Amino acid sequence: MDHSSHSIHNMNKPSTKFSKENKSEFLRGLTSSFPIIIGYFPIAISFGVITLQSGYSLSFAFLMSLFVYAGASQFMAINMLLMQALGIEIIIATFVLNFRHFIMSMSLMNKLKSFPTIKKIPLSFMITDETFAFLSLAKEQDEKNYNLYYIGGLLIGAYSAWVSGTLAGGLLAMVIPPSIGNSMSMGLYAMFIALLIPAIRDQWRMGIVAGLSALLCILITNYINPGWAIVISTLIASFFGSYLIKGE
Amino acid sequence: MRLYMIIIGMAFVTYLPRLLPVFIVDHIKLPKRINLWLKMIPFAALGALIFPGVLSVEEGVPLVGFIGAVVATIAAYFKLHIFYVIFSSILSVMIVKFIFIN
Repeated sequence: MDHSSHSIHNMNKPSTKFSKENKSEFLRGLTSSFPIIIGYFPIAISFGVITLQSGYSLSFAFLMSLFVYAGASQFMAINMLLMQALGIEIIIATFVLNFRHFIMSMSLMNKLKSFPTIKKIPLSFMITDETFAFLSLAKEQDEKNYNLYYIGGLLIGAYSAWVSGTLAGGLLAMVIPPSIGNSMSMGLYAMFIALLIPAIRDQWRMGIVAGLSALLCILITNYINPGWAIVISTLIASFFGSYLIKGE
Repeated sequence: MRLYMIIIGMAFVTYLPRLLPVFIVDHIKLPKRINLWLKMIPFAALGALIFPGVLSVEEGVPLVGFIGAVVATIAAYFKLHIFYVIFSSILSVMIVKFIFIN
């Protein structure tokens, strides 16, 4: 598509093209999701590549992105599957890791109280760390961003990038030779490190929590199976961590 | 089949916390302590996910994964895009394996 001529075309024909305000709010949301798309797409590609290189099918990767839509948990699930973890361990670990979205959803829904429940049900599925952070920041600048259609556009943009990126990565994995594929399991850990290090840079106390959790996991992993070791270490270390940040 | 049961289970436990507030937001307020605990969980989870797992990237040679982790940490510390962090880390593992194992 020719982007330059497209935008000029739009300039000559302003908002009249979208007679309904809802439609233009939706498109404004889609446009705003661009920075999130830029962030999600490569991670989703990595997820697709790693899942297929780990020996799972394209439909497994695709359906997980479509129905679970929780970045770190999806990588974690593949990781735990490779460790021969039980399904129930993976599901509990996913629950533990994602329960934080409850807080984010509470905060967001609190601000959308005046809107109909039926429309908030699909929206709530697409709440993620990044979309929530974006919406929380946008709020301080502009109250009008608490429009249901604007939020819908933003969330659907991010979700589409995640699902389509997974597909693209899965297809990419099919053309990567196995000799390279053998080293791909490192990619999973690199992804975790890439998520963790910037957070530690911002708040060094998070590093203590992560370090404590890693230490616990190393200690107990010899006695119980790795899946439970991750769940238990996470719960204990984050509990201590909550005292660490109390002073702020 | 087992794999698709896992997807269904994961979908359920990730959607429920996001959906529930739609209905209960007017009726509940979490204690501050629980709030802080929940906030810490992602960081703790990442720590436990990275160690000791990363050391078994190459069976029996923990140094391989360790070097990959160091490279990823340096790349992430200098705020390289996540794509480069993953790429450089995988590349370093390939090089280390090529030099020391082959």
